[in-house]
Amino acid sequence: MPMRIEKHPIIDYGKKGSVVTISVNGKEIKAFEGEPIAAAILASGIKVFRHTPKLHRPRGVYCAIGRCTDCIMRVNGVPSIRTCITPVEAGMIIESQEYTYE
Amino acid sequence: MNEYDTELAIIGAGPAGLCAAIEAARLGVRTTIIDENARPGGQLFKQIHKFFGSYRHHAGIRGFTIGKQLLDEIENLGVEVMLNTTAFGFFDDGLIGIYGSGDVLPLRAARTVIATGAIEKPLNFKGWTLPGVMGAGAVQTMINVHGVLPGTRVLMVGSGNVGLIVSYQLIQAGAEVVALVEALPEVSGWHVHAGKVCRLGVPILLSHTIEQATGQDYVEGAIVSKVDRNFNAIAGTQKNIDVDLICVAVGLRPLIELASLANCRMEYISGLGGFLPLHDEYMRSSNEKIYVAGDITGIEEASTAMEEGKLAGISVARDVGKLTQETHNMMSRVIHNNLYELRLGSFGDERRRCKEAIIAKNAGRHVP
Repeated sequence: MPMRIEKHPIIDYGKKGSVVTISVNGKEIKAFEGEPIAAAILASGIKVFRHTPKLHRPRGVYCAIGRCTDCIMRVNGVPSIRTCITPVEAGMIIESQEYTYE
Repeated sequence: MNEYDTELAIIGAGPAGLCAAIEAARLGVRTTIIDENARPGGQLFKQIHKFFGSYRHHAGIRGFTIGKQLLDEIENLGVEVMLNTTAFGFFDDGLIGIYGSGDVLPLRAARTVIATGAIEKPLNFKGWTLPGVMGAGAVQTMINVHGVLPGTRVLMVGSGNVGLIVSYQLIQAGAEVVALVEALPEVSGWHVHAGKVCRLGVPILLSHTIEQATGQDYVEGAIVSKVDRNFNAIAGTQKNIDVDLICVAVGLRPLIELASLANCRMEYISGLGGFLPLHDEYMRSSNEKIYVAGDITGIEEASTAMEEGKLAGISVARDVGKLTQETHNMMSRVIHNNLYELRLGSFGDERRRCKEAIIAKNAGRHVP
């Protein structure tokens, strides 16, 4: 299971942003302001970010540096946002882009 | 066309870009760095291990400490850093298209250093697109920078330095590395890293590969098998492993898209990771106003990226008249010597040969 790392022998993760609530497909989850949306979603236990439009296969986080676009979601109504490099803001509405090519 | 927004635009705030900026700014070049991330530093902040080599090459210092030192210097020098900003194209007269804060803007630069780095190569096996199959570097970013562990039972694919180091760091972060598979009959990375992982009891399965990631919606397991000399799976050797995260560490390739848009001449150099922009011994691409540095010019280490960045930085300073040819010669000799030292040894030999071949191809294209 994905989780937040509470203790680490080397890293001091420093001061995180304040705890805020964001909505992911209607579910409210806690997130740190400023962390990537994808990190918050993974930490909440959600692994599937979207399904592909043609074959409806699940996709999650792959590269985590904004290149592969596997983790794209709709954020506050704007589609195809790379959640791995987009920082969390309080109250964000995040949704999977579930649609089918006609 | 003499009016520029900046003398030097640097695309990418990783080790190469930051070092280019520091050298150029120190010599009085007006420098702007563009990076699409919220934080500068590139991949340095996820490198929590100590660097190797000599003290001149930051040995004994952890990657994130080097990152902090570089950022402090950037700040002291007053270099402009544009974050959350993407460079998306090159146009005539040194015009770069950038996108940030919802706006598309032109940035005009007399010289540009493209230091966009690299991306991990994927590996195609059954189930390779399932959530829970991630690049090893991606996992490293999640655990070391964001403090999120994407899985607790891990299969690592690949025994290069990335595979070995990230395995160790996964254990530091609290995960169990159930196995590490390597298709070759020997470990690819440094044995000092392999030793650390072995001592913690991680089985390193040589001549083994992943056949399949299993699970309906996300990874629930993996099937690994022994391979013959031609890397074909040997029937009857399949094993099911209970994992929830599969890390793929099978190498990187240069991120060349921007250099390609800028019409830099490309070539495929397999020993350095794939297609890359050719450059001369001062990191200048086939486009005389554009320099390249770091992993975009071939996959190496952060330490070589920093030296290449410095070389690009001083060469830009020379081009815009802030450094005499004589001083440039002196400074570049020191950097060339550092690069030579960094490319010594069994892991550096092939890279050095490839680099020499690249420079030979490009030699004589520009007269300083």
